[in-house]
Amino acid sequence: MDETFVSAHKKTDASGLVVRWIGYLFIGFFALCCLLPFLLVLGTSFTSESAIKLSGFNFWPKEFSTFAYKIVFENPDLIIGSYIVTIVMTIVGTTVGLLLVAMTGYALQRPDFMYRNKISFFIYFTTLFSGGLVPFYLLITQYLHLKDNYLAVLLPGLLSPFLIIMMKSFVRSIPHAITESAKIDGAGDFTIFLRLILPMTTPALATIGLFIALGYWNEWYNSMLFLSPDMKYRTLQLFLYNVITSADFVRNSAAASNVQLRDVPLESMKMATAVVATGPVILFYPFVQRYFIKGITVGAVKG
Amino acid sequence: MSTASPAQLTEKRYTTPKRGRWKRFKNNKTLLLMCFPAVAFFLIFSYMPMPGLYLAFIKYNYSDGIFGSAFAGLENFRFLVMTGDLWRLTFNTIAYNIAFILLGNMLQITVAVLLNEMRSKWFKKVSQTMMFLPYFVSAVLIGLIAYNILSYDYGILNSVLHSLGLDPVKAYSSPGAWPFIIVITYLWQSTGYGSIVYFAAIMGLDSEIVEASEIDGANAFQRIRYIVLPWLKPTFIILLLFSLGGILKGNFGLFFNLVGANNTALYASTDIIETYVFRSLMTNFNFSMGSAVSLYQSLFGFIVVLTANWLVKKVSPDNSLF
Repeated sequence: MDETFVSAHKKTDASGLVVRWIGYLFIGFFALCCLLPFLLVLGTSFTSESAIKLSGFNFWPKEFSTFAYKIVFENPDLIIGSYIVTIVMTIVGTTVGLLLVAMTGYALQRPDFMYRNKISFFIYFTTLFSGGLVPFYLLITQYLHLKDNYLAVLLPGLLSPFLIIMMKSFVRSIPHAITESAKIDGAGDFTIFLRLILPMTTPALATIGLFIALGYWNEWYNSMLFLSPDMKYRTLQLFLYNVITSADFVRNSAAASNVQLRDVPLESMKMATAVVATGPVILFYPFVQRYFIKGITVGAVKG
Repeated sequence: MSTASPAQLTEKRYTTPKRGRWKRFKNNKTLLLMCFPAVAFFLIFSYMPMPGLYLAFIKYNYSDGIFGSAFAGLENFRFLVMTGDLWRLTFNTIAYNIAFILLGNMLQITVAVLLNEMRSKWFKKVSQTMMFLPYFVSAVLIGLIAYNILSYDYGILNSVLHSLGLDPVKAYSSPGAWPFIIVITYLWQSTGYGSIVYFAAIMGLDSEIVEASEIDGANAFQRIRYIVLPWLKPTFIILLLFSLGGILKGNFGLFFNLVGANNTALYASTDIIETYVFRSLMTNFNFSMGSAVSLYQSLFGFIVVLTANWLVKKVSPDNSLF
């Protein structure tokens, strides 16, 4: 906000004050509503099971206990395995996906690329018409034979028309003259992309990379479809999903520790697992949210 | 030579473009190669499943495979219409999306306008960060959060009702409550990031216009009513038309994780196209019925997109998709 704008506001009348107070109350209330449920999960994860049974979930533990975390980490094999699967998938998927999105986005933005409209439409059309879930499922399981294969989760998340369009909007801000002058100097198209365009689009790459990474970190849908319980280590969110929806799953995974089955703190373990599975994102996001903001603003301009 | 014979002309007409095409192909070779992985990707994961929609016209039988199963014509569609499933799914999907779009945009605009009126930078930053938080977590966690609030035995909603001396509610077995629960959860999750587009649009508003209005004696309400809101109108219309194109696409993650996989009691008010297709694949193993619904969704959705795009073209040709 520049100086003149602020000074024009100096002589605020009553209406300005009213609006501002409505704003503080409304936004403050809504922002609290966005935060509190997370504190509820956090609070409950530190509450003893008996206190939950007695007085329900609460923001502040009625009876503080780290028992749920103890069980989660007592038999850390499963959760660490899921963590590793998700981390490796996020790193590999983001690196490869980012390179492909950037490469495609740049090529499709080159005004002298004669096939750009055709290929753009080829990609865009997939958002208009799709075969739906059943044929996709049959393709992955029966034709590509990727059931119980991490590739079934990794591959479909690499690219999306939305991200390619976002990359195109970002590259559009780089003058074509840069490409042209490099061509005159004898550089090839791929060299131009790698040496000139990529370094100039680092903010865009950060934004798109974070979108892809968030997608992999929160991936549960393809994991649920294609990774069966026969696999010991599946993705983190699927692990969380199993803990939330299946008491048997929790009992089985707690069986290795020396806890009586009836003493397994089912409710607080759901919350503790959620905290462990979500924690990194929540700690990270205040630092990276500006990149997402940029992406949303650019992406909304077109498509 | 002042004149060329007809033969030379035709030859020229044929050869030049040919050579030009080859040359252009050679010039574009690297760029084409750069697009190759993406083209292959969409070919495999998006185009290859499309012929699979043939499933919608057969009575799929696992042992006979796709091409061995009996041809059923439009029988599957007839069944979907007769049972009323198709109507219920269409109604639910569209009704939820309309609520999402209209209420969502209204709330986003409200948040953006009010944020713009705030003076405290600190408050703006902190509240925006808090409102953005739900966008970052997985649908699975959203389901858990809803359970934290709505669970009959332990949920905080019933704790509060109890302390007020009111009867507890059985949310997970009352279908009537779910349109509210789902819409509120959607608004809770999407308002923070949705308002960013509007907030950015307000930033583009010329401060001189605002100053001029203040000199002319406009108060804050008038400023919002006559300057800020009209300024946001084009953004609103474009976003509205864009989202219209996806009106037959459901938010599977939200519905699936909130309602749960097998909560049949709530289907009447929570079943959308995506959840039905998912069930036909994973629970009922009725692949043909699921594909029939998918084909209906794709075709109907395609018509809606074309209509929406035609409207965008009329309102603002620059923003039309094709």
